[in-house]
Amino acid sequence: MSFLDYFRSKKNNTASVAKERLQIIVAHERGQRDMPDYLPQLQQELLDVIRKYVQISDDMVQVDVDRNESCSVLELNVTLPEK
Amino acid sequence: MARIIVVTSGKGGVGKTTTSASISTGLAKRGHKTVVIDFDVGLRNLDLIMNCERRVVYDFVNVIQGEASLNQALIKDKRVETLYILPASQTREKEALTREGVEKVINELSQTFDYIVCDSPAGIEHGAQMALYYADEAIVVTNPEVSSVRDSDRILGILQSKSRRAEMGQDPVKEHLLLTRYNPDRVDRGEMLSVKDVEEILAIPLLGVIPESQVVLNASNQGLPVILEENSDAGQAYDDAVARLLGEDREHRFMTAQKKGFFSRMFKGG
Repeated sequence: MSFLDYFRSKKNNTASVAKERLQIIVAHERGQRDMPDYLPQLQQELLDVIRKYVQISDDMVQVDVDRNESCSVLELNVTLPEK
Repeated sequence: MARIIVVTSGKGGVGKTTTSASISTGLAKRGHKTVVIDFDVGLRNLDLIMNCERRVVYDFVNVIQGEASLNQALIKDKRVETLYILPASQTREKEALTREGVEKVINELSQTFDYIVCDSPAGIEHGAQMALYYADEAIVVTNPEVSSVRDSDRILGILQSKSRRAEMGQDPVKEHLLLTRYNPDRVDRGEMLSVKDVEEILAIPLLGVIPESQVVLNASNQGLPVILEENSDAGQAYDDAVARLLGEDREHRFMTAQKKGFFSRMFKGG
């Protein structure tokens, strides 16, 4: 690396930005990869049902699927607002 | 039984057809009886890269639909003795590739060939899924660039869930990373993802690194698989990749920038 590069590299290291962005998006998409296709709709409908009784926002319902060898577990996490 | 290798990427324009042409030529040059199939129905291009575009009479879809026999459709390469090309159809719908039809053709080829190389179309739709379905091994062609790396990861997910091996619960498809259009100078300057970066993100074994090279365009202009440009960096890099595919242990080359003199480093920016 020449001494001119020393000044350039600081503001121009776009490769490390690319790597960081890729690591985040790839991890996120891998997480969704194993999920069944119906999950987003299930989540939406659950939200609608709960909203009949309690006012909650979108991020207060979490739906996950845990897969084991013999069975899958649907995990539903609802955070209710404080009164 | 033939070994079935798919060359795939998700993203278009990264070098799938260039790679299919060179890998199949390299396998055949080593004496293995090899056939390379173009799965890009409607956008056939392997014939151009292999310089047999004027010898196409029947194609893959004709064989599937029983309008021609395999022997009528297979084109024998003029340069390498044991190499054959099965061109894609230019006129049909891509749905003409049915799973049963593809299976029939692959089974028939399996009886006489050692290697079947499947050149996948871009995307993750029907054609791409047909190309990878019967694969034993996959060469995932990737450029050191964000959209290509992301799409490669997507195609890896499909290999792991929608290939025959995945559906049948057999050993998984063996995955290989082939990094193409690599420019070590730009990597040194922090402008391009390094081999290590891409390996870290995709987490699959590295088959080879093909340097960005003017030779590749010059070779495709003439319909010459670049691996036959034996004195070029890209040609040698493909030859190394073929050797590794066959289990040889070869050190990786062309991954570091050329050393330059003091003046060019100072004034032309390393």
